[in-house]
Amino acid sequence: MKAFLILEDGTVLEGTGIGSSREVISEIVFNTSMTGYLEVLTDPSYAGQAVVMTYPLIGNYGITPDMESKQPWPDGYIVRELSRRPSNFRCEGTIQDFLVKHDIPGIAGIDTRALTRILRDKGTMNGMITTDENYQIEEILPKLRAYTTGNVVDRVTCGKKSVLEGKGKKVALMDFGAKNNIAKSLHERGCRVTIYPAHTTAEEILSAEPDGIMLSNGPGDPGECTEIIVELKKLYASDKPIFAICLGHQLMALAAGAKTHKMKYGHRGGNHPVKDLKTGRVYISSQNHGYVVDTDTLDPNVAKPAFVNVNDGTNEGLEYIGKNIFTVQFHPEACPGPQDSGYLFDRFIEMMGGMR
Amino acid sequence: MPKNENIKKVLVIGSGPIVIGQAAEFDYAGTQACRSLKEEGVEVVLVNSNPATIMTDKEIADQVYIEPLTVPVLQEIIIKEKPDSVLPTLGGQAGLNLGMELAESGFLEEHGVKLIGTTAETIFKAEDRQAFKDTMEKIGEPCAASLVVHNVEDGIRFTNTIGYPVVLRPAYTLGGSGGGIARNEQELIDILTNGLRLSRVGEVLVERCIAGWKEIEYEVMRDAEGNCITVCNMENVDPVGVHTGDSIVVAPSQTLGDKEYQMLRTSALNIISELNITGGCNVQYALKPDSFEYCVIEVNPRVSRSSALASKATGYPIAKVAAKIALGYTLDEIKNAITGKTYASFEPMLDYCVVKIPRLPFDKFITAKRTLTTQMKATGEVMSICNNFEGALMKAIRSLEQHVDSLMEYGFDTLLDQELEEELKIVDDRRIFCIAEALRRGISAQHIHEITDIDIWFIDKLAILVEMEQALQTKELTVELLKEAKRIEFPDSVIAKLTGKSETEIRQMRHENGITAVYKMVDTCAAEFEAQTPYYYSVYGGENESLGEKTKKRILVLGSGPIRIGQGIEFDYCSVHSTWAFKKEGFETIIINNNPETVSTDFDVADKLYFEPLTPEDVENIVNIEKPDGAVVQFGGQTAIKLTESLMKMGVPIYGTKAEDVDAAEDRELFDQILEQTKIPRAAGGTVFTAEEAKEVAGRLGYPVLVRPSYVLGGQGMKIAYNDQELEEFIDIINRIAQDHPILVDKYLQGKEIEVDAVCDGTDILIPGIMEHIERTGVHSGDSISVYPAPTISEEIKETLVDYTKRLAQALHVVGLINIQFIVMDEEVYVIEVNPRSSRTVPYISKVTGIPIVDLATKVIIGNTLKGMGYPVGLAPEADYIAIKIPVFSFEKLRGAEISLGPEMKSTGECLGIAKNFDEALYKAFLGAGVTLPKYKQMIMTVKDADKPEAVDVAKRFAALGYKIYATRSTAKYLNEHGVEALRVNKITQESPNVMDLILGHKIDLVIDTPTQGNGDKSRDGFLIRRNAIETGVYCITAMDTANALARSLETANKTLTPVDIAAVKNI
Repeated sequence: MKAFLILEDGTVLEGTGIGSSREVISEIVFNTSMTGYLEVLTDPSYAGQAVVMTYPLIGNYGITPDMESKQPWPDGYIVRELSRRPSNFRCEGTIQDFLVKHDIPGIAGIDTRALTRILRDKGTMNGMITTDENYQIEEILPKLRAYTTGNVVDRVTCGKKSVLEGKGKKVALMDFGAKNNIAKSLHERGCRVTIYPAHTTAEEILSAEPDGIMLSNGPGDPGECTEIIVELKKLYASDKPIFAICLGHQLMALAAGAKTHKMKYGHRGGNHPVKDLKTGRVYISSQNHGYVVDTDTLDPNVAKPAFVNVNDGTNEGLEYIGKNIFTVQFHPEACPGPQDSGYLFDRFIEMMGGMR
Repeated sequence: MPKNENIKKVLVIGSGPIVIGQAAEFDYAGTQACRSLKEEGVEVVLVNSNPATIMTDKEIADQVYIEPLTVPVLQEIIIKEKPDSVLPTLGGQAGLNLGMELAESGFLEEHGVKLIGTTAETIFKAEDRQAFKDTMEKIGEPCAASLVVHNVEDGIRFTNTIGYPVVLRPAYTLGGSGGGIARNEQELIDILTNGLRLSRVGEVLVERCIAGWKEIEYEVMRDAEGNCITVCNMENVDPVGVHTGDSIVVAPSQTLGDKEYQMLRTSALNIISELNITGGCNVQYALKPDSFEYCVIEVNPRVSRSSALASKATGYPIAKVAAKIALGYTLDEIKNAITGKTYASFEPMLDYCVVKIPRLPFDKFITAKRTLTTQMKATGEVMSICNNFEGALMKAIRSLEQHVDSLMEYGFDTLLDQELEEELKIVDDRRIFCIAEALRRGISAQHIHEITDIDIWFIDKLAILVEMEQALQTKELTVELLKEAKRIEFPDSVIAKLTGKSETEIRQMRHENGITAVYKMVDTCAAEFEAQTPYYYSVYGGENESLGEKTKKRILVLGSGPIRIGQGIEFDYCSVHSTWAFKKEGFETIIINNNPETVSTDFDVADKLYFEPLTPEDVENIVNIEKPDGAVVQFGGQTAIKLTESLMKMGVPIYGTKAEDVDAAEDRELFDQILEQTKIPRAAGGTVFTAEEAKEVAGRLGYPVLVRPSYVLGGQGMKIAYNDQELEEFIDIINRIAQDHPILVDKYLQGKEIEVDAVCDGTDILIPGIMEHIERTGVHSGDSISVYPAPTISEEIKETLVDYTKRLAQALHVVGLINIQFIVMDEEVYVIEVNPRSSRTVPYISKVTGIPIVDLATKVIIGNTLKGMGYPVGLAPEADYIAIKIPVFSFEKLRGAEISLGPEMKSTGECLGIAKNFDEALYKAFLGAGVTLPKYKQMIMTVKDADKPEAVDVAKRFAALGYKIYATRSTAKYLNEHGVEALRVNKITQESPNVMDLILGHKIDLVIDTPTQGNGDKSRDGFLIRRNAIETGVYCITAMDTANALARSLETANKTLTPVDIAAVKNI
């Protein structure tokens, strides 16, 4: 079945429909990871976006248990080629069937490199995946321009609180769309992890007397999470050790009075070098963000940059002055991507007073 | 950390002659690193015994020593040049071993010289089997159960505890020489005995066999601050059991999930950190296909063949970055030269698929065993890039230039089902073709996987190709089908064959429907950043990225494809120099090549690089996009020459000597006319197509006769026939390979062989030097010891040679390079053959004369004259030293290969001895080739009757050197009768102790065995003696002239060697 990807700038790319045949409008972003397509698909941070995989051969090892959440989140999936016969000892099925099962539309067989170059040069833009050969571009373009991701955190956060038992530190994990490996990384280090829905009040969290608070990754524009930011201000004031990743990092910066801005096309992949400004060491990190903290808007008495992106110099982490708060833009929990910065979870344990 | 300012002068060690397991990749790495060092203002002293390399150019290093790579020679150079540092990680295993020995002996410390790029401790930890195992154990990285043994008994005892099969890996050898898999005690004893002898330290690792697991490699970089990244990972299509150099390799890995990928990546980073490596490193893994269990196979703490491949596959210049790290820079301080935006501390992301296929030499060594094992056999490799695996594989197959352009080859279709299934069990270079046939017969992918252990993902990709063959055969060729066939890179010729249409029809249908190749950029970052360096590959479907205003004249330089016997690194040298010369002259240069090991495919050599097969169709696609003003073919060996006609049909003018003149040199009748017109004699002969015609010509000329196909390089298929039977046999062999051209049959003249390279501007010629071969005619020029300046010919003969060269160059309207081989017999000069193009000797003669031949030829091609450029014409004045080029062979790697020298080339590389006098030069040459005699002063002689008179003299010389001579019956009798004492030994077929026992007893230095002519069956005594000598590491000589040269070298050996800086050589 023919399918079309229509971009906000009028570009139309023709390919073959995969997954659901439903029509979808979304923000189109690209990810450069060569492995880990399943972790990408199940990363809640992609809610409200359709993701293009720049690596052309996707689905080679099929569907394995490597899910970062209970379901796939992207609005659409754009690939060059899906493997017709996946091969892996843990393979449970094909991407094709997985997309159909979860009603996610997609398109294969397009020139993903050309698409990536468009997004790189013109910046992230909205687009539509449709199987309607008689699409009317004049009618579609205004719709594309009007699309906004909206408040997607509400869509992806958990409905109710849950607990991963552990004998170590008590961690409150705020789920803004958390990848499973965040809780798992803490749990592996002995923590008792309580996962809270995004809109839990600071009072409720603090009343449980956690040793530390973990703010997770998540989708969308951090500026839209106004209610959450109000709660984070309270957590900031609580003097609890706080560690935050990605959206959590951005939200904490907003709570501390800084601003964020949307990047031209973001960072999505597993190869970004980040430099620890304290040690000078460079780590390769897993990344997935379209917004970034504007360090110029940061009060130098409140926080200082702790990590910087070696390629473009954007902020990759903050250390809050006089506080036990440490936040990073990248993903130390990896999955997909390099595990180089996993040591930051150890640092968080230290911040909470070390292993018990 | 910024650059270490204490490093001002660095000695870089090269890897020596090209042998199997150590090829052009080190010239690529070394050249890139030297340029990187010079860019930082560091003075570079280069030592390498291989004159065919680009790294030994005076443009690349400040002082250049083409000297034997031995510890005493390096010590001499260090004393003379006083470098502050030695960089040993660019010269492969050879370089690393030397660096280690220099450090271990305390010499470096004594002279205040530092080892940079690595430390002796790191080398020891990575290379010493036990130390490596201990280190891995310490950091919890699993290795297969193993034990280092120093004798056979311990090996047997250990194997009995872990069970067969076991893998045997000798320590400190190249390309896994002497290793193998033993399935039973007898095999264990055989391989272990051999491995212990070949190991530099008499050590072999006996290891649990993990054959059948996935083989995965990671290329890792680390700086002195501890920052590390992975450049690339690669997966072998062939599971563990086949040497990675002989495996089909794909990058990045295809069948690993992120869990497996990151698990191994983290392991690789842990290993490079623990070994404290600063620079590049390669880690090889075996991954169990049905679990997360893995084993570390080995670590190479240096640049390697894999790092060259990884560099070309990703665009990340590993050697360049490694050199900067050696100077003290950290990864985040080094700019990524491809993007100009990112830094070396980021990991390349591919948005394409890379396939490497090894080039195996079985077309040259038809008797050699084709089986692939842990002992590497490939001489070279090709790489291709596409956005799908099938397409990359198809492009790689045709890049090999083995007359194969699809999976429908090697005659598997003629086998019965049962035979085919048996064939599937055989692991050789034809395995994917066999699998394709099995798939055609409906054998399931699962079943094939069970037999071969190849991952089903790869088998299914072969199935997709087979299904396309069937679709093209049975279905109507619709536009959609054609599009799909081109997407997976079926060449037009194959589509034509399968659809029963003509190639022209297919091409026309493609063009009418807009199905044309487009070019995508290799940019290290999957298009995330805009790249500066234009490095391209083709795909079908999508947007073309290879654009750019044409502001200058565009010249297409055709590369020489994979390294194979007869067409080696020399042609890459010529292509690169020609490209540089065109650039200097204001041209926009475009290189097409597919060899990942070479300098020509480095991203910054030409203005544009196309990594593509060198077939007419693939070249035409590029021509259509680039519309070059001309193409130059004379520097790319036979690969490029073969494309001449096609280029002309595409309307691309050929720069330099015209195609019809090239033809005139190759075409027997046309060439005879030229000789008649120029009044130059040659051996009488004729052209034939059949054995009957050949016998008639031979009858007229009288035996022996020289038989050879026309239009080949490296004397492929060339033989000397002594009778009708041999002649028939040879003609049959030649006709078995597709042969459109006639076969030449000439009277065989045995005289001195002379070789000349010259530059001709259409009027005048410049001969930089005349080279004379030590071996008389009959031994291929590439396999002969060659001396410059020619030592034994008279001035009159030299004048004749110059005159003939000029006459031939003029008659053939040569513009550019010409190479001529002559015979001098009884003060008469005969021409053997003329090649109006670059030759194997060009780099060597350029270096020893200081005359930049390729540069001059290129300038001549674009209209300059020799006189206009201020060069003298005729023969250049002779240098005041002697340079002797000696061939180097890789016979020990090729079980079953016939080693005796003849008209067909067999050597894989060469090295040079250069000195003020002949004897020292000769000694250096032998030393460089690894001939370090005497050891036991015992030798064996067995020579054919015709050689016996000469053998007496040779034997006398060796006897005088203190050698005890053993000889087979008739040789012994003859020697004893002529006053040389020789001990008679039994032939192999006779009872022990016989000649074989002597060889296997390891007390023999040398075997001189001149074979009776003929192709020979493998059971013959001579063949067995030669093979066993080679396989037990005994030096084996098959020509009397070589034996005399060796005797002379030994007679004059005991003296200190004086290194010569050839960068200082100025001749004109």
